[in-house]
Amino acid sequence: MTAEFWIIQTFNGLSYGALLFLLASGLSLIFGVMRIVNLAHGSYFMLGGYVGLSVVWRTGSFTAALVAGAVAIALIGIGMERLFLRRLSGQTLGQVLMTIGFALMFQDLALLIWGGDPYTIPLPAALQGIVTAGALRFPTYRIFIIVVATLVGAALWIVLDRTRVGAMIRAAVDDREMAQGVGIHVPVVSLGVFALGAALAALGGVIGGGFLGVYPGADFEVLPYAFVVVIVGGLGSLPGAMVGSLLVGLLDNFGKALFPELSYFTLFAPMALILALRPTGLFGRA
Amino acid sequence: MKMKVILVRTLAAGLNVALATTLAVPPTAHAQGGPIKIGLLAPLTGAASALGKDMLNGTELYLDGIGFQAAGRKVELIVEDTEGNTATALTKARKLVEQDKVHVLTGGLLASTGYALHPLAEAQRIPTTYPVMSSDDLTQRKPAKWVVRTGWNSSQSMHVFGEWVAKTLKYKRIVTIGLDYAFGWESVGGFQRTFEDNGGQVIQKIWTPLNTNDFAPFVTQIKREADAVFAVFFGRAALQFVKQYETAGLKGRVPLLGNGTTTDESVLPQMGDEALGIMTALHYSAALDNPANQKFAKAFEAKAGKIPSYYAETCYTNARWIVEAVKAIGGRVEDREALLAALRRVELRDFPRGPVSIDRWGNPVQNIYVRRVDKVGGKLQNSVIATFPAVSQFWKYDPDEYLKQPLYTRDHPPCPHC
Repeated sequence: MTAEFWIIQTFNGLSYGALLFLLASGLSLIFGVMRIVNLAHGSYFMLGGYVGLSVVWRTGSFTAALVAGAVAIALIGIGMERLFLRRLSGQTLGQVLMTIGFALMFQDLALLIWGGDPYTIPLPAALQGIVTAGALRFPTYRIFIIVVATLVGAALWIVLDRTRVGAMIRAAVDDREMAQGVGIHVPVVSLGVFALGAALAALGGVIGGGFLGVYPGADFEVLPYAFVVVIVGGLGSLPGAMVGSLLVGLLDNFGKALFPELSYFTLFAPMALILALRPTGLFGRA
Repeated sequence: MKMKVILVRTLAAGLNVALATTLAVPPTAHAQGGPIKIGLLAPLTGAASALGKDMLNGTELYLDGIGFQAAGRKVELIVEDTEGNTATALTKARKLVEQDKVHVLTGGLLASTGYALHPLAEAQRIPTTYPVMSSDDLTQRKPAKWVVRTGWNSSQSMHVFGEWVAKTLKYKRIVTIGLDYAFGWESVGGFQRTFEDNGGQVIQKIWTPLNTNDFAPFVTQIKREADAVFAVFFGRAALQFVKQYETAGLKGRVPLLGNGTTTDESVLPQMGDEALGIMTALHYSAALDNPANQKFAKAFEAKAGKIPSYYAETCYTNARWIVEAVKAIGGRVEDREALLAALRRVELRDFPRGPVSIDRWGNPVQNIYVRRVDKVGGKLQNSVIATFPAVSQFWKYDPDEYLKQPLYTRDHPPCPHC
């Protein structure tokens, strides 16, 4: 194991963790504000990728794909929350059942619209190169993922921590009834957070589509990762989602690189340990 | 009240007559040639649905071409969706055999399905063909009397390829990377055996868990002194691996070789220039220029709107194989022993993949093609650059000696040069 191995694998883990952050931060926010365990969150990732794919095919623009994917899936999220989930407010089991129902329907619809063939989203030339540093080689695209996730993370942190809207969201996370009591319109906050969470997952789907591809089954492949991130980090916590994503990205990467036959073990054993010691996750509050 | 009773009685009587008729008719119809029923198991929903559609389209294309008629009898195709799941496949297989009373059972995708269907075929004494499932032992150390393989086995084309790479490309040191389960082990095993028998050395073997979608942790470990990398993937993993091999900056520096599914036409059209130059081997290529394949490929494109994958060809060939056997026994498919014997006697020269006969373990003896991904008319294709005729699953080895060796697994053959 040379220094090179550790540097490259750390970079791989960080870039994969960055993608997981885009996927999981929305799931964490949604749970924080609405206490909804959204099993359709992986579907947002997959559908975002498919919408992005169609847009790149038509327009050739990767930027347009990012925007269109995020907007389209935000609208789907709004529809789901406004028309269905809101009616089940407080009924955890009903909500879980409904989100898994949506996930299965989205799976069938995607198969119907895009067929079963796997695709990768074509990347602009600027993102395709390699940055070399001595003997080390870093794919530009993976650097791009880290940059995007950092920007998104910073923006979310500023909004949540420094703005009035952020204060309203934090209030709704901490105590829904109290927030309602002091005049915060919690249903609107919920709707906004749901749309934002869906859009972030879709953004992850388009970016992931550039190197993981877009294919049937991607939804349920990424879903456990999103949940591990959120549970390890602490439900509803943005710093938790950040730390959780990097931790899971690094664990998954080093697990696969060092002990490939134990790839689930190296991911889930630390999760079990963290939960045993801190049942609310690293940054969660009881 | 009375009215009601009468009504019920009349209905019951009517039902009795109807039942009696349905029950009475089939035996006579059978004797006079009712439909010949073929039961096809294919993953039509779920992650492998694209492959399942190719399987179905290939089968239907052939049966359409003969107007669903064979030996003067109608042919009925009954399709069941396995959802790409072995337990479902087994339930549906039982339904096809017990309820639909099919005369031939066929299809299946996963190796595990193959091993699960073996006992069913034996217990039910149902003539069964495997067009796709390729696990070596299905026709080697654990053959089933009632099963005939019309497709291939995993190591068959790799024996040819390992020797060809050592002798023709003259590569000395190769790193293998493949899916960590039977299909990967058997493909890598076949390649390694003949590559090393011909002077090459496998210097590193990397196995990727089936749940991998980011291949960076593996690709970045490939030893730099390798002359080439040999990869075994299929479906979305093939697409991801080939793309990420390029992203990691390895394309153009270390040539990429692979088994047939890594550049199969089920994923090739979705690949970009990252796939150019990859060399592989398989018993088929959509770019084969024999007349049977040209006719088939054209008809398949017209029906399915895409070029045929090996899954499509093997199911087309499989359907013809079954029909040829049916014709050979004059359509008397009720005689199961005769049908099975006929399935094991099929030998034709003009399948799209080329001439095919069958060995006594139930595996095809057929051409193996070494292919290279080229761009022709703006589209990627597997151009055939070498043809090895009539290749048996045992290659140049003596079958009895070969079968004394253990099955190729994760740790066999061992890796003395790693």
